[in-house]
Amino acid sequence: MKRYTWLAVFLLGINLLSAQECDHILSGRVIDFHDGVPLEGATITFNNRTIVTNATGRYYIEDLCATAYAFTISHEKCNSQVITLDVAKISSKDFYLEHHLNELSEVKVAGATTNKTTSAQEEAIDSDIIEKYSSGSLGDALKEITGVSSLNTGATIVKPVIQGLSGSRVLIMNNGVRMQDMEWGDEHAPNIDINTAGNVTVVKGASALRYGGDAIGGVIILEPIKAPVKDTLFGKTIATGGVNGRGGSISSELIKGYKNGWFFKAQGTIKRFGDVEAPDYVLSNTGVFEKGASLSFGVNKFTHGWDIYYSFFNNEIGVLAASHVGSIDDLINAINSQQPAIIRDFTYKIDNPKQEVTHHLGRLRYFKRFEELGKWSTQYDFQYNKRFEFDIRRTEALSKQASIDLELKTHTITSGFSFDSNPEFLWDVGAVLRYQNNFANPNTGVRRLIPDYDKHDVGIFITGEHDVTSSIIIDGGVRYDYNRMDAKKFYLKSRWEERKYESDFSDFIIEDFNTQWLTNPVFEYHNISATVGAQYTYKEDYEFRFNYAMAQRAPNPSELFSDGLHHSAARIELGDLGIDQETSHKISIVAKKETEKWGWEIAPYANLINDYILLEPVDVQLSIRGAFPVWEYRQTNVNILGLDAKLYTNWHHNWSTNHSFSIVKGKENKNNTSLITIPAPNFNNRITYKNKTWYGFNVSLENQYFFRQNEYPSNISVFSPQQEKDVLLEINTPPSAYNLLNADTSMEFSLGEKNKLKVGLAIKNIFNIKYRNYLNRQRYFADDMGRNFLLRLSINY
Amino acid sequence: MNTRKFLSILTITGSILFMSCSNDDDNPKPVNEEELITKMSVSLVGGGQTINLVVVDKDGEEGPSKPEVTVSGKLKVNTQYSGSIELLNESKNPVDVISDEVKKEADEHQFFYVLASGLNITAAYADKESDYKKEDGTAFTSANPVGLKFLLTTTNAGTGTFRITLRHKPKKDAEGVVKGDITNAGGDTDIDQTFNITIE
Repeated sequence: MKRYTWLAVFLLGINLLSAQECDHILSGRVIDFHDGVPLEGATITFNNRTIVTNATGRYYIEDLCATAYAFTISHEKCNSQVITLDVAKISSKDFYLEHHLNELSEVKVAGATTNKTTSAQEEAIDSDIIEKYSSGSLGDALKEITGVSSLNTGATIVKPVIQGLSGSRVLIMNNGVRMQDMEWGDEHAPNIDINTAGNVTVVKGASALRYGGDAIGGVIILEPIKAPVKDTLFGKTIATGGVNGRGGSISSELIKGYKNGWFFKAQGTIKRFGDVEAPDYVLSNTGVFEKGASLSFGVNKFTHGWDIYYSFFNNEIGVLAASHVGSIDDLINAINSQQPAIIRDFTYKIDNPKQEVTHHLGRLRYFKRFEELGKWSTQYDFQYNKRFEFDIRRTEALSKQASIDLELKTHTITSGFSFDSNPEFLWDVGAVLRYQNNFANPNTGVRRLIPDYDKHDVGIFITGEHDVTSSIIIDGGVRYDYNRMDAKKFYLKSRWEERKYESDFSDFIIEDFNTQWLTNPVFEYHNISATVGAQYTYKEDYEFRFNYAMAQRAPNPSELFSDGLHHSAARIELGDLGIDQETSHKISIVAKKETEKWGWEIAPYANLINDYILLEPVDVQLSIRGAFPVWEYRQTNVNILGLDAKLYTNWHHNWSTNHSFSIVKGKENKNNTSLITIPAPNFNNRITYKNKTWYGFNVSLENQYFFRQNEYPSNISVFSPQQEKDVLLEINTPPSAYNLLNADTSMEFSLGEKNKLKVGLAIKNIFNIKYRNYLNRQRYFADDMGRNFLLRLSINY
Repeated sequence: MNTRKFLSILTITGSILFMSCSNDDDNPKPVNEEELITKMSVSLVGGGQTINLVVVDKDGEEGPSKPEVTVSGKLKVNTQYSGSIELLNESKNPVDVISDEVKKEADEHQFFYVLASGLNITAAYADKESDYKKEDGTAFTSANPVGLKFLLTTTNAGTGTFRITLRHKPKKDAEGVVKGDITNAGGDTDIDQTFNITIE
């Protein structure tokens, strides 16, 4: 393109030679495209003449001939533009240049990320931390953030918990797409390869309304490394090997950028581990085999751009063999014996019970900037999520067949406009349309736990941000979401009666199948979310944030429709058609000080949730196969209070210490009982020695203290067929407190001019401590993972 | 490609996808529950009488209704009964005979009998894996017990419980398992049912 422009300049120059009447004028202004500010000192060059704009950005050119000229308009820090004008026809013209263009060409591999909100509690992890968890999972990496814990099923299925809340209350934005990967199940981890992210931000609460209105727990935002707008080719390969699990992972990424805005990116990860080991025994059948790849290309200019993104994720995860229990007596025995019932030799083989999940994500995005107005962007995305859960079943042939076979397809169109021309008033408006279909394959030979359904969502929002003074920013927003759930579900007639559905929901019945009803429940929800907050900075070092967020979340399919034996959990889970949306009111405050020498942050919050939906053990149900614990969904008003605190000190240019503490308490308003699965408080301390001159040497020692959760709901009394009497099932009793010591060290070496090799070694659980975590669903059956050595090599090129 | 063209294509594809997926007229089909066992009947033949111990769980392990347990009569003292077990899935038409499936995988299944100590009854296996044929028609060669057939010998009068458990993939080579001791058996429970019996 540029070549032709120069050709044009040349030809026009010749054109000038054929002198004509040269008394034409051209005048106008040179303006910043982005915010409409006139640019002083901009130069307009043509035929060796240079004109400079005045303080108001105005210019005036005399003695032009009645012909076409090529004007080169420049301003410091802006990319020059060449514009051809026929002066015979035009006498005034405003030129637009873009200051912010430079941001596009920055190579941002690591470092600070921009805030997602101005007044809410939020924290981010950068690519250095992500690298350390290259062979782990998103949930593991996020635990680096104060107030984020995880709900585990073993060591490999890790669901993030933000300030005590997880599942459908935590929204995950993967590269601009809201993940739809069956987040409703406790043993369903996010289908994301952590290596696709350049940085991850966690907003602790529902304040980031543009992503969704139902994020009562919070939003996790994964953003990829941006391809810079310049001619460049770079990439990174990370290889990690772990002793515990005797496996590793390798992840590679390549990014090609062009000055004209085009870019290509490709990335891939493969990860394989065998059975992991607790200090005393092998945790049989806990292997994992994960594959991920992503590809994107497009054009990224300041004025407009588009891109196409596709990612694939597949994970085969073994579920601890000993955690498959047949009935209540097996569970009682497991809790009492404190020793897994099945311990086999180490193997890479993943047997039943296991999960196999696949996630495809495709996205098409377009954006355009309008001068002195803002940026309009629109995108379409498609997600396909497939989940198989294999169980130990009565015959060999049946065991080869998945017990759960679900297919979730989601189409979403999102469009939004961000008015950013006036930096003191920023507005964002947007809308989202979503269609989702779930198909439960009947060929499993097991009754569907989640029914077939169609779901339609519509959402609109407006958020604004205003700089009141240079130190005070206020923000606020409103969002409305409409959800319509249309399911086709079979109910055993005996269950339908036991749930007393006939009085309220008899209209739903559409067909009679002898022992069961086919029903067509249709539910509509109208959700309002709103937020308001303020940020105040004081003396540069201090920052205060206050935020109030109200959010409503419609029940997920599991909460509404679960009905039957969840084989992988050996429990009967019962949803309730009567469940309505929950409403949260959260107030959060942040006070922090950040200086070179030291800094601290104190972030208390109160989350009052009306009609909070929880799942708890209530009873046992007898059958010919024995007795199974029954877990039921129930709604209640709760209050969740908590505090996240941090402190860092740079004692010396080599030595620094970091401390963090988080605590959360959940209570039911009625009878003040403690909430189930609230993470125990934890206290982290780290000391780091850094010496940049010695190959970037870095060594740190970390101590993690997990308190015992002393606030938990009471246990239930159940009838044990084996003991022929009622016994106390200690299903809610939390395990003891524990203390882990970890170490990490790394060094950097230059390989040639551009390449860099980083070598790191991490030791987790140095003293091989035996422990169980309250939020690990396998705590009844086995100890958590023992000591591990992880060696990682990363090469930047 | 210019903006307008791109956007119109986007809108059209988007709406086609949106509509094409909203086609939900087909009703789902009920699941054919292959693992369900709705009935176990144990017949005890001896002393000139037949006693039936039956448990029926109409809605299976998923349903809320309790299994219905019936014992057809009282056992006699000092009598040997030959027992046999039949497992059925009566929710299917024709009825599925699950005990036939157990026979085909005899090496991976074993019944266990636990009798309350006050009863003074002994139970002994009366079959072995080699009595049954695999899916391919050939007989098993191993001689471990299965327990679809057993012998029950009564002595004194009394009342108490008789618990029958079927384990899938038990560790038949673990200590005591072939003798009928469930303690080290492991595996998965397919049936776990207790009957109250009387001997007079």
